[in-house]
Amino acid sequence: MSDFLHMGGYGVFIWASYGVSALVLVTLTVISLRNLKKIERELAPLEEARRDARRRGNIRQEIE
Amino acid sequence: MAIDLHRYANPARFLRIMGAIFPWVAISTAVLLIAGLYLGLFVSPEDYQQGDTVRIMFIHVPAAWMALSIYTMMAISSAVGLIWKHPVADLSAKAAAPIGACFTFLALVTGALWGQPMWGTYWVWDARLTSVLILFFLYLGYMAIWESFDDPSKAAKAAAILVLVGVINIPIIKFSVDWWNTLHQPASVATMDGPKIHSSILIPLLVMAAAYMSLFMSLFIVRVKSEILARRLRLLQMNKLQE
Amino acid sequence: MTRKRRRLVVVLLSVGILGLAAALVLNAFEDSLVFFHSPSDLVEKPVPPGRTFRLGGLVEEGSYVKQGVDISFNVTDLAESIPVKYRGLVPDLFREGQGVVAEGQFDENGTFVASNVLAKHDENYMPPEVAESLKEAGHWQEQAGDE
Repeated sequence: MSDFLHMGGYGVFIWASYGVSALVLVTLTVISLRNLKKIERELAPLEEARRDARRRGNIRQEIE
Repeated sequence: MAIDLHRYANPARFLRIMGAIFPWVAISTAVLLIAGLYLGLFVSPEDYQQGDTVRIMFIHVPAAWMALSIYTMMAISSAVGLIWKHPVADLSAKAAAPIGACFTFLALVTGALWGQPMWGTYWVWDARLTSVLILFFLYLGYMAIWESFDDPSKAAKAAAILVLVGVINIPIIKFSVDWWNTLHQPASVATMDGPKIHSSILIPLLVMAAAYMSLFMSLFIVRVKSEILARRLRLLQMNKLQE
Repeated sequence: MTRKRRRLVVVLLSVGILGLAAALVLNAFEDSLVFFHSPSDLVEKPVPPGRTFRLGGLVEEGSYVKQGVDISFNVTDLAESIPVKYRGLVPDLFREGQGVVAEGQFDENGTFVASNVLAKHDENYMPPEVAESLKEAGHWQEQAGDE
């Protein structure tokens, strides 16, 4: 196990490379997903209101 | 006041297709990443010259490939946006940019961490390293342009022009190692007479490359959906104000 | 339709012209874009003593001599060869037959006095056993410096 972490004396460089890659890609994934959820949350009530309005039939003609 | 809601039909179809693909690319990202890391860290042998540091290649080279291909994809969709005014094209380029910037950053950082033990230096100003650094700045500039305009259509146009000017850099990066003496070695995989990497090292590299490609597609779908929904959100908010 | 056609032509033309301009500029600045000069370059275009530049090629087989921290070796491109002196530590990849880039200047005797030595690796990757068996089978191809 310690041989594996040691990587022939290059462990520091190898694990730093893998570490920074994991950190950047996980952060990017989390930010991307969070941003999508946030927009979906903001959009939901507006879509709901639009559907209601259309059901009541008073949506303006020109929008459709 | 017919704000172009009819155009939404097109992005809506685009989103449906992306939604259908998403589970598959997300699952294949996970499977390929696990397989690639296992092969790269446990199975593949050390290199006859570089020892274990060759394992940095499995994350360095795919990141660099993604840096180049994402930029190329952004250039194509920006051109489509400029010429045919396709609504999804500009948003695709915008959604891809931060992913490309991250991969370029990782190519630079993992390259530095590989260069120090092997070359004896983290960084040199040779043609390959310098042109990739310029690529990183192009990504940052592109993202800054989108931030700095209030009018999205003006931002899209300015950003598209930047990407198309910068696309000159792509062949320079690719061929820098052939055109000029560089410290960076020439291409190992995409060469005229086949890969110069033994299969025991080439296979983990290709699996990791496929993993990074799938990861890009997964992230791209999430981000392009955010962009399209954000546009939809702005539109509905504007309509509400007008009522 | 014609407007789209016109925009297409403008975009293609602009990218083409930019590409041409870039090619011309890069061609004009070729000398400063190369990272190092090979021994053959120096025979063609000699560099006077005292001017700092980078010399690159392969560490000539059998030329590496180490005395404490003082080392000397020859840099070759398999056509020409230049003696190099250096004091200090060399990178792990530094070895005979491998690529090297040394930064420094010529002294009066035509020896290159390096202030910094970097190793350059080639584009081949394989496990040690494969390299061994290739050598034994005589399929080992000599690296040709920087072409």
